[in-house]
Amino acid sequence: MTSRVQAVLMALLAPAIAVLVAVIATSAVILAVGSAPGDFWSAMFSNPLPRIKVNVVNQTAIIYISAVAAAIGFRMGLFNIGIEGQYTIASFAAASFAGAAYLSGFANIAVTLLIAIVVGAGWAGIAGLLKVTRGVSEVISTIMLNSIAITMAGYLLNRYGVHEGNTVHTTKLSGDSKVAGWAPFEPRDGQVWALALLAVAIGVGFWVLLNKTRFGFDLRASGQSETAALASGINPKRMVLISMLLSGAVAGLIWMPAYFGGAGSYGTAFQGGLGFTGLAVALLGRNSPLGMFFGAVLFAYLTAQSNTLTFGSDISPSIVEITQGVAVLAVVVAYEVVRRWRSRLEQRQVARELVAA
Amino acid sequence: MVDQASSVRLSAITKRFPGVVANHDVDLTIRPGTVHALVGENGAGKSTLMKILYGVQKPDEGTIAIDGEDVSFASPTDAIKRGIGMVFQHFMLADNLTVLENMVLGAEKLHGIGDGAREEIRRISDRFGFGLEPDTLVEKLGVAARQRLEIAKVLYRGARVIILDEPTAVLVPQEVDALFENLRELKQAGNSVLFISHKLDEVLAIADDITVMRRGTTVGTADPQTVTKHELAELMVGDELPSPATEESTVTDVVQLRLDGVTVTDEFGRDLLSDISLQIRRGEVLGIAGVEGNGQTELVDVVMGMRDPASGSIHLENDDVTHWHTRKLRESGVGYIPEDRHRHGLLLDSPLWENRILGHQTRPPSVKGPWINRSGARQDTERIIADYDVRTPGIDTVARALSGGNQQKLIVGREMSGDPHLLVAAHPTRGVDVGAQAAIWDHIKRARREGLAVLLISADLDELIGLSDTIRVILRGRLVGTFDPSSATPQDLGRAMTGAGEEAVS
Repeated sequence: MTSRVQAVLMALLAPAIAVLVAVIATSAVILAVGSAPGDFWSAMFSNPLPRIKVNVVNQTAIIYISAVAAAIGFRMGLFNIGIEGQYTIASFAAASFAGAAYLSGFANIAVTLLIAIVVGAGWAGIAGLLKVTRGVSEVISTIMLNSIAITMAGYLLNRYGVHEGNTVHTTKLSGDSKVAGWAPFEPRDGQVWALALLAVAIGVGFWVLLNKTRFGFDLRASGQSETAALASGINPKRMVLISMLLSGAVAGLIWMPAYFGGAGSYGTAFQGGLGFTGLAVALLGRNSPLGMFFGAVLFAYLTAQSNTLTFGSDISPSIVEITQGVAVLAVVVAYEVVRRWRSRLEQRQVARELVAA
Repeated sequence: MVDQASSVRLSAITKRFPGVVANHDVDLTIRPGTVHALVGENGAGKSTLMKILYGVQKPDEGTIAIDGEDVSFASPTDAIKRGIGMVFQHFMLADNLTVLENMVLGAEKLHGIGDGAREEIRRISDRFGFGLEPDTLVEKLGVAARQRLEIAKVLYRGARVIILDEPTAVLVPQEVDALFENLRELKQAGNSVLFISHKLDEVLAIADDITVMRRGTTVGTADPQTVTKHELAELMVGDELPSPATEESTVTDVVQLRLDGVTVTDEFGRDLLSDISLQIRRGEVLGIAGVEGNGQTELVDVVMGMRDPASGSIHLENDDVTHWHTRKLRESGVGYIPEDRHRHGLLLDSPLWENRILGHQTRPPSVKGPWINRSGARQDTERIIADYDVRTPGIDTVARALSGGNQQKLIVGREMSGDPHLLVAAHPTRGVDVGAQAAIWDHIKRARREGLAVLLISADLDELIGLSDTIRVILRGRLVGTFDPSSATPQDLGRAMTGAGEEAVS
């Protein structure tokens, strides 16, 4: 039992160190530009407004989905930087379909989600195919596909979207396909999106896939040791393709809670950049289903709460990006240090137990 | 730099690793200007001791003294500063750089990177007869020249005590003679050499002093002038002389594996394996002897489905498996003990029970349909640990924490699970302790009695002769000779391996 507690404490050590380093670095930057770090931290730790609380929950959900998409790649040793492009193009396709209202009510929602999955997977699949057939690094191809996706979505939107004044968006979602959320506070504080529950389902699904299935074992084995995976009979090309498709499929869903919960159209309401946030959170949470949850909460909280800075302090809300960046950087280093330390500790422990036995 | 080499004295060195005490109470004194041989079996603790002397690892107990002065090395850099240099078995050279560039890499401050360095290299090369040209690309050098370059590198850095880790393992006999000539030159120039080996003939030929290690400790010293090979061997292995004694044949008529004219080429179309034909029957162990790098790895890869042959066919019993993938082969009953257990056999950071699943992802008891059968895998891991005497605190211990011998026993146990029909075993006892070695041999022999066909690749000729029913020799990707282990001697095999045998192709 004590070893169990010890293991948990060990697991928390690296993130704790990372957050501490991030706090120190942020304070130092604020100090260096002549502001008061105290103002910053008191703003950050003040009790969030109801509106911000709702915002944190919603953002956590979509950041988490993005992190899972990244983690599927990472676990297999693939760096899918293309989540940004995958969910942009998937969101555009899904919003175009849903807005056209070929179907109504629940059927419209279900098919739209399916389209988001398929388009996301397909876009990621291009990089997967290039890798297994031509040996193109997924890092390069997904970065290029990001540009193509964003440009293409912009072009198609401009061409076929609804122009309204200076803005353009896809046809608005009709009322019967909106998914009502849940307003924990006053209506003006906003709703928690119902489809935020997708994040829970994806998280549980990811955990089951990784730890309980043969495919998950193959995925982890490939990520841990390519050579051992090959010798054990895993077909590396097949694994690359499947995990790329899977990663893209999850990526396709990133913006869907926001779309059905509030935005209602793809256009100015679209929230970009989540793909990169997801990569950072996956790193922070070490690709573990639970770890990434805490990472997503941290990121969502920092971003949402930083709006408080706009009032009553001279510190730019962008400062939290430094906190986030340093946290990710520090966690990578801290994990490696803790890992080595643990492995030494474990070796010593094994030696001791064997001598005693 | 003084002309006289230093004396090195190691006293009561102890170093513990998980599961094993790698070194305990080791005493060793290297006299100035001598070649000191450190002999012992694989796993006797020689490598650990050298790493301690070279500052790669710190001893838990004991002292190192150079010229009577106690020293402590935090890293090899410290050791080099005190004039101790080491040449590893696996060379650490950059192929795409020149001799000069390799030499000055990391030692730029000594003689610069230009003409000063060039001059110094020429001086060292001429002094000891190394024959090194500073501006040759290392990729153009043969194995022996690379080794001389490694030694020169160490001298360049000012070493007076040179540790050589099994330097002859990669050399053919003529090259060994040349190396010994170099060593004598070094000695005359006042350097000392610590020569690690388990080849007794070589040790007797070159050493001035001999220290014998067994089971992690120094068990004695010997005078090469008077000691006999037999006495040394007895010191090395103690009372229990484990030898894989051949048993009566269990070879049946059923052909389990057949290769016909298998050729494997690299990406440039050059032959790695040429026209390999062989067959292994049930209950037969076919041994493949050869100097490393003559196609053994490719042979294993092609049989295991990790490489596609350019031509030829492979049959497993009656199935044409030429283009089968590894997983399908494994499912049809092929066990595989890989050459490099860390890279190909284990997930080092995963617990033992997950390692039990590796390679058996599609077969019970590890899985149930698409699901991992956690309790089944765990139970079966317990079985392997008990039956194969894997020393571990439990099945949740990560593989990395186990000693090499115990890791290997786990792999052997795993690969023997599920009643395989064919076992591909590449260096199954490399780097494991004597106890584990004997146990692994017993398991292979038992499985052979039960009708297992075994393809055994090994660099240990005694192991090949002791276990095999037939020995084939591989040279430059071709099978060049067939030997009956009951009459073949290591010398016969050695000749064939280097191409000196009458069946060798030119």
